[in-house]
Amino acid sequence: MSATTSSRIPIVSYLALEPSPHLVANQCAACGARFFDRRNACAKCFATEFVPVDVETEGVLTSFTIVAFAAPGVPVPFVAGIIKCGQTSVRANVINCDPTPDAVKLGMKVRLATYSLGVDDDGVEAVGFGFEPAQ
Amino acid sequence: MANDDIWILGIAMTKFGKHTDKDIVDLGAEAAMAALSDGGVNMGDIGVLAAGNLMAAGAGFGQQLQKQIGQTGIPVYNVANACATGATALRTAIMAVKSGEVRMGLAVGAEKLAGAGLLGGGGQSKKDGNKWEPRGRYGAVAPTDGRIGTDTMPGTFAQVGMEYGHKYGEVSFETFARISEKNHSHSTLNPLAAYQKKFTLEEIMGDMMIAYPNTRPMCSANCDGAAAAVVTTGEVLRTLSKEQQRRAVKVAASVLTTDPYQEACQILPDVNTLTRNAARQAYEAAGVSPSDLDLVELHDCFATAELVHYDNLMLCPEGGAVDFFESGASWRDGSTPVNVSGGLQSKGHPIAATGIANIWEVCHHLRGEAGPRQIADAKVGLAHVIGLGSACGIHILERSSL
Repeated sequence: MSATTSSRIPIVSYLALEPSPHLVANQCAACGARFFDRRNACAKCFATEFVPVDVETEGVLTSFTIVAFAAPGVPVPFVAGIIKCGQTSVRANVINCDPTPDAVKLGMKVRLATYSLGVDDDGVEAVGFGFEPAQ
Repeated sequence: MANDDIWILGIAMTKFGKHTDKDIVDLGAEAAMAALSDGGVNMGDIGVLAAGNLMAAGAGFGQQLQKQIGQTGIPVYNVANACATGATALRTAIMAVKSGEVRMGLAVGAEKLAGAGLLGGGGQSKKDGNKWEPRGRYGAVAPTDGRIGTDTMPGTFAQVGMEYGHKYGEVSFETFARISEKNHSHSTLNPLAAYQKKFTLEEIMGDMMIAYPNTRPMCSANCDGAAAAVVTTGEVLRTLSKEQQRRAVKVAASVLTTDPYQEACQILPDVNTLTRNAARQAYEAAGVSPSDLDLVELHDCFATAELVHYDNLMLCPEGGAVDFFESGASWRDGSTPVNVSGGLQSKGHPIAATGIANIWEVCHHLRGEAGPRQIADAKVGLAHVIGLGSACGIHILERSSL
């Protein structure tokens, strides 16, 4: 492992940073249902084998809200949304976009983007992700 | 021997609002004793107690309640099932009566929620010792609420409404706000509502934004309250007085569902499929269709939620919720009055009480006791609740013909 990769850590384990940032799902080997966390058995068909699969990095915004009031410590406003990447729904913020109903549109094309969450005492940088307008 | 003929003999709710001088047990006891009195029975008649409370689940609410109203040694089921807790408690009592194990059951739901503020969201604070460390099921090194979507209830249900817009044609901010305008207008006739304030459309749209498109008046009101119901069988009811038989309300359907697997439900809770499934089962069990309903109390935890449930409860053709609302159908003088109590947005939402209070509202109309807000000649009504996670309770109620 190179020095570059060891000094970065993704915000969640299903975000892969190499070779380029993308999300990884656990796919049911029997029916193809995808999950971003571990499952004892598939919620759809109860099979127990899963394989990791890369999720498409481009998708369509199928729902969103602009959160103006949140728990203490959560910066507002921000856009929370659901992005359909191929056949997989992904939960993420819409970033690099004004958090206004004029700028965020249902059905808009978006793509995965990453940003830095900061560096810890060991020099490790945490990397977050969101989806930004693709046009 | 199983008995399919189930009746609500007595039912009551406290005023919803801020009860600073009463705790959960006081509120639950007030509702329980009022329900017993309403049914003309006492704790000695009750064979099972289902006690619903969410925020203090684990404290043995049912046993605490018995010490207030009568300790008879009957089994207690302490019930917690998110916002469907009240409906689940009622269904628990109904199942016990229906199985033939007991002649009468008491279901109670009570909650203290005034001043609770925003529900959902937050999470672990930043790293210990200033080091990124993966935690939890997703190996998160930082709180994900606000970074990977939102955990707040207003934001979650805002997305539920917006998703409907993406699927069937965009729904305007104004349409969602008008739903709230309706419910606040209805609340002015309900003396037990936490808020009885009429809002103009401009006031609703101009109020503090919580999670677009839900402004503050479009969110359910956190408050204190309790509700309780006594259930029994038709066989027992026929041995009681003519007055008890006349005022009893028939439970034509009692259904509880959870969310079946759907692709996107791993990402955004699917409140649609389980409601549609519950509605289908309830209509079939009751032998009624949506057009037979004289009134509906549905889970309008947010204005965005009410819209999707018009469709989920099949009050309109699929995809037709906006047209249904814009026709005026869900106003109290419309063809299918929805939330004539004021709904969760103004009557209030003391979580565990909500699923029984909705049924109280419907019973009140079926008994012809709803005063100025009475829906004339109401014969059949439906009460619906959703608990996120998810659980859906639907009860269809019919006026007594005894």
